Order: sequence, then structure tokens, then C-alpha cells
Amino acid sequence: MPVITKANGARLWMRRSTAGDLATWFGWLLGVALTVVCFQFISEQTIWAFVWDAPRQAGDLLDRSVPPRWDYANELWKPMWDTINIATLGTLLAVLIAAPTAFLAAHNTTPSRVLVRPIALFVIVASRSVNSLIWALILVIIFGPGMFAGILAIGLRSIGFIGKLLYEAIEEIDPTQVEAVRATGASGAQVLVWGIVPQIAPAFAGITVFRWDINIREATVLGLVGAGGIGVQLEASIGRLEWEQVSMILLLILATVIVSEWVSARVRHAII
Amino acid sequence: MTTAALSFDARAAARAWRPPPLIESVWLRYTVYLGALLYLVVGLGSVEVNWVRAAEGLERGARFLAAFFPPDFVTHWFDIQEGILESLTMTVVSTVFGVILSVPFALGAARNIAPLPIYLFCRSVIAISRTFQEVIIAILFVAMFGFGPLAGMITLAFATIGFLGKLLAEDIEDIDPSQAEAVRATGASWFQLLAWGIQPQVLPRFIGLTAYRFDINFRESAVLGLVGAGGIGDTLNSSLDRYEFGTSAAILLIIIAIVLACEYASGWIRRAVQ
Repeated sequence: MPVITKANGARLWMRRSTAGDLATWFGWLLGVALTVVCFQFISEQTIWAFVWDAPRQAGDLLDRSVPPRWDYANELWKPMWDTINIATLGTLLAVLIAAPTAFLAAHNTTPSRVLVRPIALFVIVASRSVNSLIWALILVIIFGPGMFAGILAIGLRSIGFIGKLLYEAIEEIDPTQVEAVRATGASGAQVLVWGIVPQIAPAFAGITVFRWDINIREATVLGLVGAGGIGVQLEASIGRLEWEQVSMILLLILATVIVSEWVSARVRHAII
Repeated sequence: MTTAALSFDARAAARAWRPPPLIESVWLRYTVYLGALLYLVVGLGSVEVNWVRAAEGLERGARFLAAFFPPDFVTHWFDIQEGILESLTMTVVSTVFGVILSVPFALGAARNIAPLPIYLFCRSVIAISRTFQEVIIAILFVAMFGFGPLAGMITLAFATIGFLGKLLAEDIEDIDPSQAEAVRATGASWFQLLAWGIQPQVLPRFIGLTAYRFDINFRESAVLGLVGAGGIGDTLNSSLDRYEFGTSAAILLIIIAIVLACEYASGWIRRAVQ
């Protein structure tokens, strides 16, 4: 902590030096200025008359969406089942691809640090950076609308998530156990099965269930671009301005997400 | 050593050590296996794949992949630039607003410093924000505020409240109570308790989470355009609609590059503060 000696000889303890103080203030100034500039950019592209109208619009929206159309739920069970299938099968697909990729990406299990590891890491990063909705957009063009594109989209996005967390778990394993297995004369595959897999199995199960929970949420909107699930009904209801159907769909999504979160929390609690 | 001794010994194999299974109870294990198998059969059965359509699409997929070599940055550069700039500004403003708003919600949602009614209110706001996918919230905000980046910005700020509010509240609940107790014993007011007993304990993680959320907000801002809430997603969507895959490839590469840069920056920030 710097000490400043005042003119009258009194010594004053400060948290930062004068230069440090100035740098901190300058940092804040820069941050605030950046935010203001950015907000101005947004503001230029906003029709403010619509914004001032927002409370009335919100009231109107609420008015039209209450009460929800309860009997519409009968048409929603099948799309909801599809949504859950998209999430589950997509997660399964991701697990099948992500598990080997993670072993190729972890620096202690990769067959080649120069050649294979960068490729595996690139696969993980590319998959993570692209939102599942964008994956769905592309896949719908290729495979046509429907659940299949949705499952692939969820799968492709989840590879990066599961792969990243899993390879970090593999890198953090206890090397002495691996060495002990190797010392018995075990082959490479045996080391993998007896030395590494038991150490990461709980983390792996936890990560998978966690991603499944996220995927349920993601799968609810894939239908907006035609990739199946309840989003198709949501898109149609919004398009026809049937807000009492929209509120029914939202209620169903809320219930499903709460249940899936509960399941995921229970499973993770049981494992860890 | 006779050959008989080397032959397979069933008794020894039965007694050989096996690793303990993940699920200990036998009947639960087999119920889970059976249920998973049953689900797989039913679930896969309900997926309808139009293979004829898929085969036709593969040609389009090949053209899409070919568009990456080389991607077309030039033709619609102005639109791309506009979209990226919009996404970035939305990300910055929404993160700042979201962080500022998430602090009071986090304080309210921490059971050890907030009274029960406030706790329940803050927790339910956080729960609603976390339940719905950003795109759904964006649809509602677009209906209220009109098209454009403002609706997207508000969406992301709202999602940030749920994310940061929950994680920060859990952090506050996990603090070392003896430090807060010591500050309270000096006769500190509630705000002094916050500033000197709680803030120093949670600040490093809070900064780390903020950097992480910035990263997420950018990624999400790339899709909000699909429902008219501004950002690069709109540009991407229209390029895909017009089968201008070169432009789509360029946009995807730019998104990946920015996400990578954000990720490195947030990793660096988190290492610096912890």
C-alpha cells in the first residue's frame, strides 16, 4: 500500500498509488464511454415511439394471452414428446462423437499432440461457437424440415460442450492410478478401460445429464426454423397472433423445463 | 507347468475382481438399462426421416461446404459489417445493464442476507429468466418494443439477470460467515456489511462470471436476428435464404473468430482476478 506524505508532514495511507488511481478511473471512463457509444448505436436504429408504447403493448399482450386456451394442450402432447426426443437423441448422438473426440483432445491421452490434438480442439471450438439454432438453420436447408435436422443440430452443438468439459476432466485425472495399471503390463486399451475411464465416469455422466437439461430448453425453439418440436406450434401460433395458444405453449414449456431440471439435479446429486 | 493349468479356469474367472458398477442397486441398474433400451426403440421409431429429400439435400450440403473455400467476404461486406457491429453493441450494452441489474437480484436471492418475501420474489424472477430460451423471450420483447436491436439488447440483459443472479446468489450463500460476522460485530450497517464483509469474498468470481456471460451474450446475439431482434443472425438468415452460401460461410467464420477471441480474453481475465 502506497504512503503519501502531505505538505504538513502527515502520512496518509492509500489503497492505490496516484498512478494506479488514475489508471482505475481511466479504465472506468473507457468502459462507460464504450457503453454510451454502443447504446447510441442501438438507439439510432430504434423507433422510440414503439418503445414508449411498450407498456400499453405489454398490457394488450397480457390481455390477449390470459386465460390460456387449455384444450389446445391436447394438440401439444405429440410436439412436446418430439421436443424431448430431439433433446435426448441429440445428446446421445453428441456423446457418441464427443467421447472419442475428448480422448483425442486431452493432452495426456491424445495419440499425437502435434497432429491430432489441434484438429480435435478445432472440432470442439467450431461446434461450441455456433448456436444450435444456426446449426438447425443450415441442416434444415440440407435435410429438409423435421425432427431429423433438429436432432443433428442439437447433437452438433453439444459435441463441443460435452467434449470440452470431458477433455478437461480427462486432463485432471490422477496419473498414479494410470501408472499403476500400466505397471501391471496392461495394453493401451486396458489402461484406458481400467485406469482412465473409472476416474472420469461420474464426471461424464454428470456432464451428459447437464447438457441434456440444457438441450430440452434449446429444443423448444428449434421449431422456429422448421427443425421439429414444439417450436413449430409456437411459430404458427405467433404467426396467427393466437396469443392464448402461445401462453398455453409457454406454460407447457415451463412445466417441462422444471421437471427436466429436477431430474437432472437428482441424477447429478446421486452420481456426485 | 502342464497345459491343464493354463486352460481357462471358470472358478477363478468368477472370483476375479470387477470394478464396482456406477449404479449400486442391482434392480435399479437393470431397470435403468431396460428403460433406456425401451426408450431408444420408441424414440428412434418416432423419428421420421425423408431419405429422398435428404439425398437431394446432400448436394446442397456439399455446395455449402464448398462455399468455405473460399468464403465470400466481399459481396455483402456492408451488411456483414453492420450485423457484426449491431451484435457487438448489443452484447456490450446488455452485459453492462444485465450486470448492474443482476446485483440487486442476487442480493435478494441469497437466503443469508435477504428476508423471505424478497427472497421468493427474486428467486422467481431468476427462475423465469432461466427457464425460457432467449429466442422465446426475444419474440415477446419484439412484440412489445418493435423490431430492432433494442429488443435483443433487453432480452440479453434479462437473460443475464437470471444467469448472473443465480450464480452470484449461490456464491453469496456460500461465503465464509465468520468474516461477515466480524464486520457485523463492529456495528456495521447493512450496506457496510455488504461492502466490507461480502463483496471482497465474491468479487473475483463475479468478474469471472461476467466475462463468461459476455461471451455467451455474443453467441446468443448471433441468433436473435432470426426473430427480428437485431444482430448478425438476420444477415446470416437472409444469406441462407438466398442460397448465398459464400456469405454465410464468411459470417460463420467471423462469429467463430470473435467467440474464440472472447474466450481467450475471458480466460485471461479469470486467471488475472483469481
